[in-house]
Amino acid sequence: MTTTDLPDHSVPHEAADPDRPVHGGHEHSPDEPRFDGRRGRWVGASVPRREDPRLLTGRGRFVDDIALPGMLHAGFVRATVAHAHLTALDLSATRAVPGVVAAFDAADLALGDIVAILDRPAEEFTPTAMPVLARSKVRFVGEPLALVVASDPYAVEDGIEAAQVSYDVLDAVTSAEGALAAGAAVVHEEAPDNVLLDVSMFDTPGVDEAFADADVTVEVTTRSGRQNALPLETRGAVAAWDARDDQLLVQTCTQVPHQVRTVLARSLGIPERTVRVTVPDMGGGFGQKCVVGREEIAVAAAARRLDRPVKWIEDRREALTAGFLAREQTYRTRAAFDADGHITALDVDVVCDMGAYSCYPFTAGIEPLMASAEMPSVYRVPAYRVRGRAITSTKAPTAPYRGVSRPQYVMAIERVMERAARALDLDPVEVRRRNVITEFPYTGINGVTYDPGTYRESLDLAEATIREEGWYEARERGRQDGGRHLGIGFCCFSERTGYGSEAFAKRKMTVVPGFDISEIRMDTTGSVVVTSGTMNHGQSHETTFAQIVADRLGLDPEHVKLRQGDTERISYGWGTFASRSVTIGGSAVALASERLGELLCRIAAHLLETRPENVALDGDGGVVQLDDPSRRLPFADIADVAHLRAHLLPKDVDPTLTATASFDVPGDGTFSNATHAVVVEADPGTGQVRILRYVCVEDCGVVVHPQVVEGQCRGGIAQGIAGALFEEVTYDAQGEPSAASFIDYLVPTATEIPDVSIAHLETPCAFTANGAKGAGEGGTIGAPAAVLNAVNDALRHTGVELDTTPIHPGTVLDALEGTS
Amino acid sequence: MKPAAFTYHRAHDVADAVGLLTDLAAAGEDPKIIAGGQSLMPMMTFRLARPSALVDLGPLRRVPAMTAIREEAGALTLGALVTHHAVETATLPAGFAVLARAMRWVGHLPIRSRGTVAGSLVHGDATAEWCLLALLLDAVVVAEGPGGRREIPADELFHGFYATAVEPDEVVVEVRFTRPAPHAALTEFARRHGDFAIVDAAVALDLDGDRVTGGRVVLGGVAPAPVRVPEAEAVLAAGGDAGDDALVAAVADAAATAIDPPDDPQTTATYRRRLTRTLVADACRQAAREPQR
Repeated sequence: MTTTDLPDHSVPHEAADPDRPVHGGHEHSPDEPRFDGRRGRWVGASVPRREDPRLLTGRGRFVDDIALPGMLHAGFVRATVAHAHLTALDLSATRAVPGVVAAFDAADLALGDIVAILDRPAEEFTPTAMPVLARSKVRFVGEPLALVVASDPYAVEDGIEAAQVSYDVLDAVTSAEGALAAGAAVVHEEAPDNVLLDVSMFDTPGVDEAFADADVTVEVTTRSGRQNALPLETRGAVAAWDARDDQLLVQTCTQVPHQVRTVLARSLGIPERTVRVTVPDMGGGFGQKCVVGREEIAVAAAARRLDRPVKWIEDRREALTAGFLAREQTYRTRAAFDADGHITALDVDVVCDMGAYSCYPFTAGIEPLMASAEMPSVYRVPAYRVRGRAITSTKAPTAPYRGVSRPQYVMAIERVMERAARALDLDPVEVRRRNVITEFPYTGINGVTYDPGTYRESLDLAEATIREEGWYEARERGRQDGGRHLGIGFCCFSERTGYGSEAFAKRKMTVVPGFDISEIRMDTTGSVVVTSGTMNHGQSHETTFAQIVADRLGLDPEHVKLRQGDTERISYGWGTFASRSVTIGGSAVALASERLGELLCRIAAHLLETRPENVALDGDGGVVQLDDPSRRLPFADIADVAHLRAHLLPKDVDPTLTATASFDVPGDGTFSNATHAVVVEADPGTGQVRILRYVCVEDCGVVVHPQVVEGQCRGGIAQGIAGALFEEVTYDAQGEPSAASFIDYLVPTATEIPDVSIAHLETPCAFTANGAKGAGEGGTIGAPAAVLNAVNDALRHTGVELDTTPIHPGTVLDALEGTS
Repeated sequence: MKPAAFTYHRAHDVADAVGLLTDLAAAGEDPKIIAGGQSLMPMMTFRLARPSALVDLGPLRRVPAMTAIREEAGALTLGALVTHHAVETATLPAGFAVLARAMRWVGHLPIRSRGTVAGSLVHGDATAEWCLLALLLDAVVVAEGPGGRREIPADELFHGFYATAVEPDEVVVEVRFTRPAPHAALTEFARRHGDFAIVDAAVALDLDGDRVTGGRVVLGGVAPAPVRVPEAEAVLAAGGDAGDDALVAAVADAAATAIDPPDDPQTTATYRRRLTRTLVADACRQAAREPQR
């Protein structure tokens, strides 16, 4: 459809080579010398993934693979209207359907509500309850009203169809604007204005003065569409009451097993010890599974009531319409700049449409509070005012999705930078350069202290890469020829990853995540089992945590087995979200390993009849005597004594080889950072945006496993591109969601996602035990702004500026044809 | 997403299938034929379709005519169980090569491997590539019912919105494409590769050397059923040079102006018109380059 001399898919041609490293790209090998004392033989190497053999040969075990003797299947009668009083719910026909064993409504199960609370005054936060099954009112299409249990999933659906539901329909509330409008229908009686959170976190001195003195004032309203985090494995649970253990076993795919246990026990009104939550292999979570859902509680209650195992597997239609959604936010941002392009003030109004309910444990406040706390991003902002609101509407509730509000606030401030560049006639990268934080630690106007990173360096490297590959010339050629509309976009950002208890406490949650505990145990053969309260759902923890242990103990990762996802085996944990696993969980694992190492050395010194300071781990599965390296004890020999011949132990050493450590990130936590650079082309015939080049320069501190980090980057970028160009759940005026299948929910496939070049910069974190910062979310954060900026650059000649994602091809075509 | 209950019946030959359809209907059932199942099964799992009985044509794959691709008397005949993938990988005479080239637009490989040409035509999706191709190449659908065989020309086949002239008690036996189109192309636009097209366009040019003397313009996604666009075809009939951008633009404009496409919030009528202009022009240019030498 284009007719120029430029090659079709990549300009210039060699740039599309995915294997071509970007400058600064860093190959790691196990033989490389130590980086900073934290990287060892194994950390930093792309060792084969421990998970691969079983997952790649179909031997993984996911929730839906679990079948228990006598197991029944469950499904939910769900609301078909968005907002209504429930006037009648008759399950008698359901119970008569062949195969149906039982049907329960809210009154039948009498479960406690799910309530997430912030310790904030009433004018700032309104707590609301999410019932496990709707009682008197429904608040979104897809809300669970009743649970049907049957002999097979087909009979379950027959039973669901037979349910008779009557509604007294109320007006739907389908947008934040609509929710805030005078006379809007009230979603929760407790919040008559439909506002669940309204916090003005900052109003520092000098904001108004800065705008009065500004040489340039930029105003931009950015919006992002409602998305589904879309783990390919949908939610699900298998619950069974074990009478012998006096315990409810709930096998479910969650990122937060202990939090599920807590809510389950409280909702059912039973002690936590009588609930065991285990997690098998997981096919993704992306935040959708870091909150406690109502369905798994209902299923557990049914299993207990019926004394039969009950399985529920969310189908794709449920996942798209009734699962936790995310992202729908609007930022009205004003920024003042001086004539040199320095930002002098930022004034932001954040409105997040959180949907029908507040999620546990984070509450509906999580998105506006994170945005308010971190909005200045990577820039030196001298004056800052922000108001953040969480609005409730009659749409499916939201959960924090990979990146949380960062893709949105980064998009807002990155659009500010682009607009300021145009107003000041400066290069957009140059404007960023003049504002980006370069000296660390840096304490921002938001009171947050940023630990060292490579904000400026990543920006420079990303820009140099694009420049050296000739994309600026290619863009100009396309413009001159008139036929091709290429655009270059950047996004520079940081990302708080190690949210410790102290940082989370500032949000004033009454449930404060942060620490992690690890217990390590060596058996008589010298092999190690280590626990973590984090929860692998695709991030390769079994591999990376084994690398960390292996380096600390000096043994092969093959001898390390990670245990997660079992509330009986793991004393306590906060699971995996907020890129916390390697930073916090990995640190706890490292510290526990060190303690075990010390214990091994102490016993070895005793057995070798030498002083403790005269022995050390030898890096090869044993302890060596320093002044006589010929004297060495393999771990197995030490372990043999510790277990089987405990009378040989030092008097003050307990038998067996175990160590426990906890870790919490102090203060404001640590910040990963990155710059993304994107080249796009807008098709003048269809308005389609094609990505020609994607470069990511990232710094997540010490890289434990380069391939895993790059996988996280690429997957995150794919989800970010999805948000920028494809995915959106819209609702009609009655509150009916548009997307009930993948026909309408446009999750991009491998065909739509470009190759991504990744370069690693490494600024070790000073206060995690392994130097790592988190790497889970950055891709998702940077991509929407980078793509949006690139599209705007491609449309530069049209005068149109787009500030809403996803970008529809029709909108691009409007701009190109001058009909916007 | 589990189908409602249905009974399952295997047909052993065409007459058996017709008999099963007749007998089941007489017994108060609501039977439906299943061949590749690539449209029917998703509709059943969403319970948008809930036939009480399925008559499976699968065993008929061993009847050679049902999977045959053959040319005779200037027409190309596809057995009813010929898959998209079989056409995609077949070596077709120049007049019908557009069928093979168009198959890359049909869903994804697994869909093409099971889905059938006849099934797609009977399903009658307004954007289905086979429906456009049927109008482009004057397909004739041969259906067998209780009263014997009859032939349904493509221009009588589509009754709009998943409705076709094939009766519930009829079994499509073969599809005959009667109008060779050596200078033809189909192109389409979807947000993602493999999706249902938002708009698709097929063009066949009648060429005398490099001179256009007439042709067909067929569109999908602009009406409840695929349509020929006489206004655009009139421009082709008026003649011109095949390489003339003005002619291409005139055909595209005529097509975009003539249609009254659906308008919805996700995809406006205006956008469909613009896509039509782009795709018709693109199809014209591609068609003029065929057959490639």
